[in-house]
Amino acid sequence: MLRDELKGVIFDIKKYAIHDGPGIRTSVFLKGCPLRCQWCHNPEGWEAEPELIFHQARCAGCGKCVSACPQGAIVLERGRPAMNPEKCIHCGNCTSVCHSQAREIAGRYVSADELLAEIEKDIVFYDESDGGITLTGGEPLMQANFCRLVLRRCKQRDIHTTVDTCCCGPTESLQALAEYTDLFMCDVKHTDPAIHRQFTGMDNALILDNIRFLADRGCSLVIRIPVVPGFNDKPEQIDQIVQFAKTLKTVRRIDLLPYHSGGVGKAQKLQKSCPVLNTRPPQRQQMQFLQRVVEKHGFNVKVGG
Amino acid sequence: MNARILKLRKQSVERKPYISSERAELITDFYQSGIGMEVSAPVFRGLALKHLMENKSICINDGELIVGERGPGPKATYTYPELCCHTLEDFDVMSRRQRTSFDVSESVKKVYAERIIPFWGGKTMREKVFGAMTADWHRAFEAGVFTEFMEQRAPGHAILDDKIYHRGLLEFQSDINDQLKKLDYHNDPEAWHKEQELKGMSLSIEAVLTLSRRYADKCGELAAVESDPARKAELEQMEAICRHVPAQAPRTFHEALQAYWFVHVAVITELNVWDSYNPGRLDQHLWPFYERQIAEGTLTAEKGKELLECFWIKFNNQPAPPKVGITEEQSGTYTDFALINIGGVDPKTGADAVNALSYLMLDVVEEMRLVQPSACIQISAKNPERFLRRACKVIRCGFGQPSVFNTDVIIREMLHHGKSMVDARSGGPSGCVETSAFGKESCTLTGYCNWPKIFELAMNNGIDPRTGLQVGPKTGQFDTLSDFDSLMQAYRSQLKHFIDMKVHGNNVIERLYATFMPAMFMSVITDDCIAKGRNYHNGGPRYNSTYIQGVGLGSLTDAMAAVKYHVYDKKTISAKTLREALKADFVGHEKLRSQLESSPRWGCDEDYADAIAVELFNIYYDLVNGRPNTKGGQYHINLLPTTVHVYFGQVTGALPHGRKAGLPLSDGISPTQGTRSYGPTTVIKSAAKIDHARTGGTLLNMKFTPQTLEGDGLEKLGHLIRSYFKLDGHHIQFNVINKDTLLAAQRNPTEYRDLIVRVAGYSDYFVDLGPDLQNEIIARTEMTQLG
Repeated sequence: MLRDELKGVIFDIKKYAIHDGPGIRTSVFLKGCPLRCQWCHNPEGWEAEPELIFHQARCAGCGKCVSACPQGAIVLERGRPAMNPEKCIHCGNCTSVCHSQAREIAGRYVSADELLAEIEKDIVFYDESDGGITLTGGEPLMQANFCRLVLRRCKQRDIHTTVDTCCCGPTESLQALAEYTDLFMCDVKHTDPAIHRQFTGMDNALILDNIRFLADRGCSLVIRIPVVPGFNDKPEQIDQIVQFAKTLKTVRRIDLLPYHSGGVGKAQKLQKSCPVLNTRPPQRQQMQFLQRVVEKHGFNVKVGG
Repeated sequence: MNARILKLRKQSVERKPYISSERAELITDFYQSGIGMEVSAPVFRGLALKHLMENKSICINDGELIVGERGPGPKATYTYPELCCHTLEDFDVMSRRQRTSFDVSESVKKVYAERIIPFWGGKTMREKVFGAMTADWHRAFEAGVFTEFMEQRAPGHAILDDKIYHRGLLEFQSDINDQLKKLDYHNDPEAWHKEQELKGMSLSIEAVLTLSRRYADKCGELAAVESDPARKAELEQMEAICRHVPAQAPRTFHEALQAYWFVHVAVITELNVWDSYNPGRLDQHLWPFYERQIAEGTLTAEKGKELLECFWIKFNNQPAPPKVGITEEQSGTYTDFALINIGGVDPKTGADAVNALSYLMLDVVEEMRLVQPSACIQISAKNPERFLRRACKVIRCGFGQPSVFNTDVIIREMLHHGKSMVDARSGGPSGCVETSAFGKESCTLTGYCNWPKIFELAMNNGIDPRTGLQVGPKTGQFDTLSDFDSLMQAYRSQLKHFIDMKVHGNNVIERLYATFMPAMFMSVITDDCIAKGRNYHNGGPRYNSTYIQGVGLGSLTDAMAAVKYHVYDKKTISAKTLREALKADFVGHEKLRSQLESSPRWGCDEDYADAIAVELFNIYYDLVNGRPNTKGGQYHINLLPTTVHVYFGQVTGALPHGRKAGLPLSDGISPTQGTRSYGPTTVIKSAAKIDHARTGGTLLNMKFTPQTLEGDGLEKLGHLIRSYFKLDGHHIQFNVINKDTLLAAQRNPTEYRDLIVRVAGYSDYFVDLGPDLQNEIIARTEMTQLG
């Protein structure tokens, strides 16, 4: 594929993103993720390709989508459309005939040029606030070639770049991004490989190795810990993560991100069958307590993100 | 706030505004006396003010340090029958309406029925104004194409500079005497006119000095019988202050505040001028007194704050004079638009002018949380970050103050309007967002212009679909216009027709005020009325600007973008179908409506819609800006709504972007309520595409939830403001509240009596707004950021 034709799949662009790195930023959400974290609040970032989102509550049951679907993927069952995801080719025909806006496609293809045009619109805000762009997702490493192209173009324009990554991907991909990345925000969810696998679907060995690789290479890091009740909210669990962070030389800050249940409803709309954690957000006091646990090790800590 | 302030604030907030007939009776007596037949209008109005000041009641509230009420007590509200004589029905409406209601006692109604109404029939300014307008003008006015500011209230919009802090009124009087001596009756055909103006001005000074003397006497009387030695000492000091100012230049911080307040009371007693009066750049004017006294040890920051808080309460004690009819619809609020400026630059050097008092005033704003006075900060690139940060902290409290203005672009606006650099730098915003050269300008707002209504007429060959009347010229039916340019041309022709009509009306009304209702005291305190021997209403000020305020930029842009996109570019909807859907208010056309709603919108930083907004702006600018008024000045444009976007929405039918008939229009230059965008940066980018430097003010509203502003969110709000100002944005203001809070307030108004929100260029109690406006505020795009 020619470089200029390289396209990425994104599911959102968020401007005035003020919690995804320094200053005022534009966050680009890339589709595709190797993990299936049960608490994920962006499950529309899981699949690499565009996919259909169905808002059941909005559906009027008119059945227009059934006839609009060229694949015959939708049938009406008891007045409600039911879809066979295997057959769906994400053409979007059903979304354009749905005037109750119950159907939408999450994810679209963009070229680096198109994305840059959108990113550059907010340059005045980056300049004023020392902000820039943040690639997040999903997982940027899943589209490393595209991300590298976008990051390189940003650096050509002297725009600050941040990559928010789970670090679960080939080290070479990470290396390819690191060349044009000013700051990495790396998730560390748990130090125990078995528990990690149980809750995210993947081992953590590669993740921890990759983070160490970045640190050894001198990349600036923010370590982000999603604090999920029943998974890693015990002080000793957080402490173990911090112990790992202490072995890295380039950690600028540790973020504690309290779990919220925003992903539960989204997963339903995506008709996902994988396990979804539905727990309560941690109490404020609990977060303050954990903050002190981290601070004791001499790190800057930010709660919420 | 200390116990004194708590008590005074409580008294001010809890007292419901009520009508006092005192002024109406005094002015009626005076007009009935027949003196008007003996002397010229300027002398007569000077004598009238004197009569008022000699006979009005004097009120000193327990514990207060700054004295002077307009009426018999806090929240007493005068009427001005020589301008607008209320009927008994008006009083009935006023006392019952949900928004801005006033208590009207039986005795007031009796006095009106027996003495006031019988005398004024046929003699008021309101009748003169309406009587002088053409039938076409009335048809457009009634259709809601434009409003008329001067049908119930006098032109004003005036702001004071620093003149009264350097010189006493006796010195102004001696200036007047000098001018009188210089009059050249041999060579100056205007000499007699000038003489009459100057004599009237001199009489108005006597009137104001009568008021301060009566207050001094009253302080003395109260001191004599006061048993508390501390209060006795205060009253004695206040007596001495009232004997000194405003006759002579103030010597202390306390005297300076009192001097201003007497001037303020005089201005709002003389006439019911729009936007009451305004101390302008108060932190600058008071700084020399404050700095010196702090250094001498004769004043502490704490005492200074207490005096400022006493001063703040005085504004809140004076509700805007009662409005009725369309004037109430366009400006339905108790607030009378005094806008205290904090920050900015030094007029002579252009250097950063933020001082310790600027910060102290922000403390006062934060503590007082009153709807009046309103406060704003002026931010130049030169002003320090910490000042902006401190202001953002006050904004975060969520009562809509301070609003934020861009000093650097305001200076350019004024230079563009032909003002000198020093005058431009000493000015700023007043009222809502309009700029003027403080102390030197008559900047008259004459009425709002309903852009979407005019577009509706352009789509209907000049016929108002609401009434079937031919209101505008015949520019063709929408479905006969072949392309978007033709539609734009039809809109332009309609707009030109109404701007011509409005200017025609204004030119007559300006003369009516100059002839019948000269403002004598305002002429004394506005440069260069004394030097020219001309009245404030007649070109006396150094600068004389007239505005017609454009309303509905967001709504009209969205409406036009929807037509362009669907009818002309994509051809997905035929002109005929769209016309039918609009006529039916989308009933039976729901699918079409949702299709239209997803058209390109203003506020998303997308050029498709934004280019239309820029064109609409330029068309308006070209039709209005630079036209001569009758006072030697020019017309300029500004884009602000007060509450008129609700009224204008009521008279405007369905619009092509899916807006149903009767709903509020967009406010200021803000996007249409509920517009989905990528967030505040896109709104700012769109808003900055129009050329603010060629206006006299624009208004941009944004709503944030408190969560967005926690932690470093506050600093990022500062970055957002700085970025907008780098792009030449004129003004931005914030509502920081939860939607849930507002809904709760709607359900339980008594529990939320304190809740203040930013409406347009001012803040107001949420529960005092009518239900439409409440809903509109709730609907304004919520810029929520989820973690």
